[in-house]
Amino acid sequence: MTALPQSTEKKLGLVIDLDTCVGCHACVTACKGWNDQGYGVPLSDQNPYGADPSGTFLNRVHSYSVQPEEGFAQTINFPRSCLHCEDAPCVTVCPTGASYKRAEDGIVLVNEDACIGCGLCSWACPYGAREMDAAAGVMKKCTLCVDRIYNETLPEEDREPACVRTCPTGARHFGDFADPESKVSKLSAERGGYALMPEMGTKPVNRYLPPRKKDRPQEASLLAPLLDIKAGGFAGWLDRVLGKIG
Amino acid sequence: MNPAPSVIVFTVLSGLGFGYLAMLGFGLVPVAGWGAFFAWGLGYGLAVAGLVASTFHLGNPQRALLAFTQWRTSWLSREGWASVLTLLLLAPQALSDWLGLGWWRGFGCIGAVMAFVTVGCTAMIYTQIRAVPRWNHWIVPVQFLWAALTGGLVLAGAGLVPAMASALLALVLVIGWRIGDGRFAAVGASMETATGLGAIGTVSVFEQPHTGGNYLMREMIHVVGRKHAERLRQIALLSVGLVPAAALVFLPAPLAVSLAAVSHLVGMAAARWLFFAEAEHVVGLYYGKR
Repeated sequence: MTALPQSTEKKLGLVIDLDTCVGCHACVTACKGWNDQGYGVPLSDQNPYGADPSGTFLNRVHSYSVQPEEGFAQTINFPRSCLHCEDAPCVTVCPTGASYKRAEDGIVLVNEDACIGCGLCSWACPYGAREMDAAAGVMKKCTLCVDRIYNETLPEEDREPACVRTCPTGARHFGDFADPESKVSKLSAERGGYALMPEMGTKPVNRYLPPRKKDRPQEASLLAPLLDIKAGGFAGWLDRVLGKIG
Repeated sequence: MNPAPSVIVFTVLSGLGFGYLAMLGFGLVPVAGWGAFFAWGLGYGLAVAGLVASTFHLGNPQRALLAFTQWRTSWLSREGWASVLTLLLLAPQALSDWLGLGWWRGFGCIGAVMAFVTVGCTAMIYTQIRAVPRWNHWIVPVQFLWAALTGGLVLAGAGLVPAMASALLALVLVIGWRIGDGRFAAVGASMETATGLGAIGTVSVFEQPHTGGNYLMREMIHVVGRKHAERLRQIALLSVGLVPAAALVFLPAPLAVSLAAVSHLVGMAAARWLFFAEAEHVVGLYYGKR
């Protein structure tokens, strides 16, 4: 059924730390690698070695330049994937019941055997979390690696989403937001974790941690004393003369 | 949004078809015998052709019947039910008109109302989507319903009523564009809210996440279609408003109806192209585009 559950026992999701993310795209690769061989049809590529390559990904890393009112711009790397919204508009629009949100843990999934590939769920998602696979004609989205997190054949440290497991800087965290004592709930509360586009009314589960304040003012470059060059000798005389003429 | 031919053909033809079927259902078109056969055939043909076209953009059309299961939550599913019910309810009326059986018009009237319910459901598929601010407004169902009514009236015959409906449709389109142009700003979505980085400063794209295109950009960040928006708006207004209105008032009936109908179709196709092409999805904000 594409009706949303009233509430879910757990609210599994991710915390993404925009302070620590270095934009290496390892999570993108790990996600693609894992989801190429496990849950559902593989994430296909079209013309991967040709002039116009394209493919299906469940996770994309953007890079933004953020210009404060004063001082220099900041580069912020920004991974974007499904936020497993509590009020997921992608679920209710589905005409076939292929899209659903699990009552037990809140994960939003697609039953590919029932997906007709109409694309309406991808239109309904404000975050671009869903991509239609061009080869299989069914909708693909982040499963929160549902085939890893409960998989008892994997070593315990691997029972988390591939993107979290692979992140070399520890910028991604996985856990239960319904439990206020969980690692992700505490981390989000501590660092002011926020939801994306709250004006869309989707109530995302995932949280983003804003970049920390820089520990020193950006204007004070270490190289500043070296840059303040006073010309001496002939160059100094030339500088003074040209300054007067100009 | 991508102005895919399948969805434009679907909404234009089925809108016109259901509008005309409603006129026939209400008994507003004086037809009998083979005339009735062809009139009803035209209505059914347009509606069904539109519905068939809508399956062309499906990734797995062989499972399309599953789309009837989620009518409790999904407007797309409701539209499927409404369209099938309409076509079934009107069938006895069509039979009665064709064979001159003179049956009570109850089925026809209920079917006619259901025809508008179907068009309303089609409109709601788009209106429900908050992520496309231009669509997420009550003016969208008004436009769809008025377009279907006008199309039905135009096909039903010449005269002052369809002429005025056509002129009003042009007005409804203009109002829709006026409202639509301000919707994105009214919703307040921006690169700052999309990324949540507005507290730090102004956000711009430093580097895109991928160098090639992807599904999102092809489907939802379709900027090419808006290039000739102004010219297309003029074409749409002339074709759905002025030309049919003038033809229906000043030309002799058979010529007037065919000219007005063709012009209405061309105008609605232009208007629907713009309906999709000008609709900006908020996901574009992540790519620094609209």
